[in-house]
Amino acid sequence: MLAHYGPQLVNLLAAVLLLLAFAMLSQRRILSLINLFAAQGLVLFLATVLVAMITAQGHLYWSAAVTLLLKVFLLPWILHRLIRRLNVKWDVETLVNIPTLMIFGLVIVILAFNLAAPISLLAGTVTRSTLGIALASVLLAFLMMITRSKAVPQVVAFLAMENGLFFAATATVYGMPMVVELGVALDVLVASLILGVFLFQIRSRFDSVDTRHLERLKEH
Amino acid sequence: MGAVLALLVVPLAGGAVLALIGHRRYGPEVNAAFSAVTFCAAALLVGRVIEEGSISVLEEQFFVDSLNVFLVALTAFVSMTTSLFSRPYMRIERSHGRVSDAGMRLYHAMYQLFCFTMLLVLTTNNLGVMWVAMEAATLTTVLLVALYRTHAALEAAWKYFILCGVGIAQALFGTILVYFAAERILGSGMTALLWTHLDSVKAGLEPTVMSIAFVFLLVGYGTKVGLVPLHNWLPDAHAEGPTPISAVLSGLLLNVALYALIRFKVITDGALERPFAAALLTGFGLVSVVVAAFFLSRQRDIKRMFAYSSIEHMGLITFAFGMGGPVASFAGLLHMTVHSLTKSAIFFTVGHATQKSGTQLMEGIRGLVRVSPALGWGMMLGAVAILGLPPFGVFASEFLILTTAIAQQPWAAPILLVSLGVSFAAIFGKVQAMVFGEPTAARLPHRPALAPVFAHLALVLLLGLYIPPYLVDWYRRAAQLIG
Amino acid sequence: MNASGLVAQLTEVALAILLAPLLSGWVSQCRAWLQNRRGPGLLQPYRVLAKLFEKEVVLAHNASSLFRSSPYLIFGCLVLAAAIVPTLGTDLPLNPAADAIALVGLLALARFFIALAGMDVGTAFGSLGARREMMVGFLAEPALLMVLFTASLISHSTSLSTIVGTLAHREFVIYPSMAFAGVAFTMVSLAENARIPVDNPATHLELTMIHEAMVLEYSGRHLAMIEWAASLKLFVYSCIGLALFFPFGVAQGGDWLGLVLALPAFAAKLAVGGAALAAIEMVSAKMRIFRAPEFLGTAFMLAVLALLVHALLER
Repeated sequence: MLAHYGPQLVNLLAAVLLLLAFAMLSQRRILSLINLFAAQGLVLFLATVLVAMITAQGHLYWSAAVTLLLKVFLLPWILHRLIRRLNVKWDVETLVNIPTLMIFGLVIVILAFNLAAPISLLAGTVTRSTLGIALASVLLAFLMMITRSKAVPQVVAFLAMENGLFFAATATVYGMPMVVELGVALDVLVASLILGVFLFQIRSRFDSVDTRHLERLKEH
Repeated sequence: MGAVLALLVVPLAGGAVLALIGHRRYGPEVNAAFSAVTFCAAALLVGRVIEEGSISVLEEQFFVDSLNVFLVALTAFVSMTTSLFSRPYMRIERSHGRVSDAGMRLYHAMYQLFCFTMLLVLTTNNLGVMWVAMEAATLTTVLLVALYRTHAALEAAWKYFILCGVGIAQALFGTILVYFAAERILGSGMTALLWTHLDSVKAGLEPTVMSIAFVFLLVGYGTKVGLVPLHNWLPDAHAEGPTPISAVLSGLLLNVALYALIRFKVITDGALERPFAAALLTGFGLVSVVVAAFFLSRQRDIKRMFAYSSIEHMGLITFAFGMGGPVASFAGLLHMTVHSLTKSAIFFTVGHATQKSGTQLMEGIRGLVRVSPALGWGMMLGAVAILGLPPFGVFASEFLILTTAIAQQPWAAPILLVSLGVSFAAIFGKVQAMVFGEPTAARLPHRPALAPVFAHLALVLLLGLYIPPYLVDWYRRAAQLIG
Repeated sequence: MNASGLVAQLTEVALAILLAPLLSGWVSQCRAWLQNRRGPGLLQPYRVLAKLFEKEVVLAHNASSLFRSSPYLIFGCLVLAAAIVPTLGTDLPLNPAADAIALVGLLALARFFIALAGMDVGTAFGSLGARREMMVGFLAEPALLMVLFTASLISHSTSLSTIVGTLAHREFVIYPSMAFAGVAFTMVSLAENARIPVDNPATHLELTMIHEAMVLEYSGRHLAMIEWAASLKLFVYSCIGLALFFPFGVAQGGDWLGLVLALPAFAAKLAVGGAALAAIEMVSAKMRIFRAPEFLGTAFMLAVLALLVHALLER
């Protein structure tokens, strides 16, 4: 039964991942954004565990555990603490209005699916069709990063991009070797900590975390 | 094996130690000491490679061959000389109040960790670890670029972080795709990520996957090399951090990123029949040279100007590797070496000049040769060297690249010549104005460390006149590898 | 065309016409129970219709023949729509015409006439309502089409009976695209049937109403027809939702026993659906009118995503 329903469940989780990426794209409130990011981490954890069970690859369980610890608990906790101490406002404006953003997002999804199609055909994993979704999540996170003007959503977008990449690794190659996975996780953690420190410095210098203040260095 | 381990463990240990004592009076000396020990380890490694040829260590996790051995030596050497330069420089910055105690600890610890990450990228055989180390190199320097906490510094560091972070994420996707292609032949597990194994099976890798992967890798690592149009972070990041950091960023990190790109190019060329990777490199390289030359002439800040010069030279090297062939690749490798040495020497002189004059704007720096003749002549010679005047080494490599371009890509040669000419005029004019004229510079409590400057320039002069046979051998072998 | 099909068809149409007000009554009653009130009773809509039929029709001087005939036209369109959605059996005589696109076309025709009727007399409220109705329709129709296309991609045909037949008798497969399409369809039905969170069906005097604004000028039997048509519309949308997403219990062609069993199954599903609608209305707050395009835009986007996900994952 697992062999039959397992891949379908993974597909369902991949679809939910894509939905969460869209939800993050259109989200107005920072708090919900962070919770959506945690939800994405949870979906990733479930998908990795499922793939581990279907393909009997032991190292994926460790990978899933690291994901759970880092992306569902540690990183959202760091982010929540950050916005509490930074005292940021609840609502975030986007540089482009939300319906237009949705349409860009749909175009990006179509592009990503097309790009991933030839690779999916070659893959030998049960989850190969989800590569398009993984690439789409990465590109949607990128779109989110460039259309936000506050620093904290940009940080969340950066982390969401890494979520998409992790899913791509799970989808096409059943996860990278453990050393690499651990290294990437470490990088992400250190990056978040550095960003936290950094945002304080920006805050204390500019009295705001609006990144439009950070556009004064132009070509002379 | 011992040499490689020492090479990596020493800077790591240095980072840990300096995180605790970096603010003390003797902190800069400890920093320099660690870098010197690293350099000794690198020298030992070089000796072993000269004797034995390529070596691979620790179950093939580390691999040193003709392509990265000279880069390892160069990195260790330049980080040692930069740490010597940083001694008086950071002391003066501290006395001016621009850096606090915590800042000094952060600076020294991150400096050592940065060296560690760069050496890891260079010596690792594992493409995944290479990615992790590249990202770590960015992370260690982000806080350093923001060290002075001014508006401009924070903006530069933010751009650096975000743009390089996004770029590196694309490179991760490219790495995943390469692993995917390799896994089909080599099986899953660590061996599919080892460059030496990939090199031996590269003809069998899926062409579609490899071409898509290379595009992502070019965008990713190309951002770190500073290829136009992904270069936006570079002038700001190199201009706003402390000058020793500018020196290592310009001189070393760009080389390391390009090295990573070259490793992937070798594999992609083996997988694809057509010169896809080479065409991309040529295109991006040429565009970088042209755009950088024209932006360069409009700069008023001295460090930004030399940052654009770095973009220009890295573009030239990329163009050379794109053209391919034994001569062009040889010239590219030589240029990597001499550019690194010359640019860091220039940044040393620039650092002292800006400290003495109190400003980074070129119109505020005048008459350096009167205040400190060694400094003035050092800057003059450095500028002359980077502009490609004989008998410095840069002339040799640029000459080789241009003659190969005339032979293989004749349409590109005039474009290159014009761009090089534009930057020549701009830099020479500005440097001449700064070195001569009525002095605006002041004397400072610590004497400038000019020994590193002249050491570098002497090496560049040497390489222009005579290249030691083992170096020629490495360049030739590496050029053969690059194709 | 066979006997069971004909019987199924006639039963469906009769049920639709007769039971649509009962469905509206059931939804209001569920809402009342959830809000801890006694409620108006299940048969209240019938009493309202009976009262309206007895009342005199009052027409404005400048009301055209369109104004007078619109209620019947709208009612007719919706009856036809109810006829072609397979709820009891899939072997209906109208099958050749029962196409998903035709269904959307019928609903659009109904919307067109009610909007025209709203503008006919020239009052401010009428044109206000008509404009808003068209805005909702502009976004809701593509979303509904996309939902139907997703279903038709799965069953390789746009014929409604084929869709229902395929979906009903396939083995249980998890279709993420249908999950997305389901959410999109729910949002579209909420908007089209003038339910919270898009419009409030319980009041007649809100300045942000859409549906009620258009029918302010109607009275007597015309108003009765329009109210009946509105409850028919809810009925039709529920039937579409059940046919696409919960098609269990629908009889295959020519199966008398299946047909007899389909009736209670259908009634049970409608009851559950009505209760669910009441629950949704309970927990949502009515959104400000300028957010309605966003709401529907999200529905459209979800529907397109469903299509894309199907193309990617379920080939």
